[in-house]
Amino acid sequence: MTRARTNANVSPAVGRNLVINGAMNVAARNASVAGIGASSGYFTCDRWRIDTSASAGRLTMSQTADGPNGISANCIKLDCTTADTSIAAGENMTIQHRFEGQNIQRIGSGVAGAKQITLSFYVKASAAFTFGAELFNGDNNRQITKLFDTTTDWVRHEITFPADVDDGSSPFVDDNTVALFLVFHLHAGSTFTSGTLNTAAFADTTNANRAAGIDSFYSNTANNFFLTGVQMEVGPVATEFEQEDISVTENKCMRYYEKQSADNGEYIAVGYNESTGNGRGIIPFKVRKRAAPTMTDSGTHFAALSTGSTGDAADVTFDAATLDNARWILTNSNTTLVDGGASLLVSKVDGAFVQADAEL
Amino acid sequence: MINSMTILSAQYIASDEINTAVKATIDGQIMFVPLDPANRHYAEILRQVDAGTLTIAAAD
Repeated sequence: MTRARTNANVSPAVGRNLVINGAMNVAARNASVAGIGASSGYFTCDRWRIDTSASAGRLTMSQTADGPNGISANCIKLDCTTADTSIAAGENMTIQHRFEGQNIQRIGSGVAGAKQITLSFYVKASAAFTFGAELFNGDNNRQITKLFDTTTDWVRHEITFPADVDDGSSPFVDDNTVALFLVFHLHAGSTFTSGTLNTAAFADTTNANRAAGIDSFYSNTANNFFLTGVQMEVGPVATEFEQEDISVTENKCMRYYEKQSADNGEYIAVGYNESTGNGRGIIPFKVRKRAAPTMTDSGTHFAALSTGSTGDAADVTFDAATLDNARWILTNSNTTLVDGGASLLVSKVDGAFVQADAEL
Repeated sequence: MINSMTILSAQYIASDEINTAVKATIDGQIMFVPLDPANRHYAEILRQVDAGTLTIAAAD
């Protein structure tokens, strides 16, 4: 409580954590994904991205019920499944959290009066490692990295980054695109490690100075890495990890990703039949999206259903999406729909889903 | 910090003869990408088009 008051002039008592889903409690996509490493993306815990380039290393990423008592029941677990000990220059693997510019204006970076940022997080690993925590200002290509160590027990790290006034006229762009990256460097080649770690102050980015001195998560298939309780707040002090109702976290996450699921026979959307073979309609989103989202579905799992008839399962086409809904079209292989009648988009299998991705 | 994506095909989808989305196979998955520059998939499609490594086919 004393610490919370210390930052009271710059960080609100509630909502001070700029990180969304820092407790790793929401994993709408999947609980666990194996074989990650060939391409970057969002796989398990919402808002937490694996970014990778050129490495032969592979990992399993899981939302795991092994968080530190009193902080979170859950954490991200990375399990190395394919080692990579021949590290080419351009390789890297990081866990990232990306921030919209309009959500971090309180930092005031890039102009007079810029504030310090304090990052805190709980981490453990299968052994002692040194990894890097970086703030990368994507709007102005500036960065700073601090090293941290792991043990086999949960440890909370508290890292304060200095204010960055930069040239005094380069604030974060106040829009819905990514302005700031929180990057945990877990594996990197000489492109990112051959220089001197830039650790004292924000500076224009030199890639060689971004991850100097880190160990490699991919050094052995026995390696595991665990992360939770991630908090980033304005000011010089790490306050107690901010607990949040799950419904609040879920709604924050759905600004970036939303998944609607249906088992066999369940409906997922309504519309009308524009012919005896086509149904179309919209899928409303539960939460307005950051940007018009990319739409995908689980496969040939849905059919249009109208009075007295159900079409065969077919691929859904999403021909447009807005911040609030996506338009669906389904062309059935048979022609038994009631032209002009109401149409339901119905799942023909268990576990079918539609997803809207507006991630950064 | 460029989002590296493997995009194997891309074709416009049109409604009433107006392009409304791009259907593309991105990292092995069929995606319907809206024409919003703030969408990271569309931004990457545009980047690859500008680089000359991707062409968006016209709508059927």
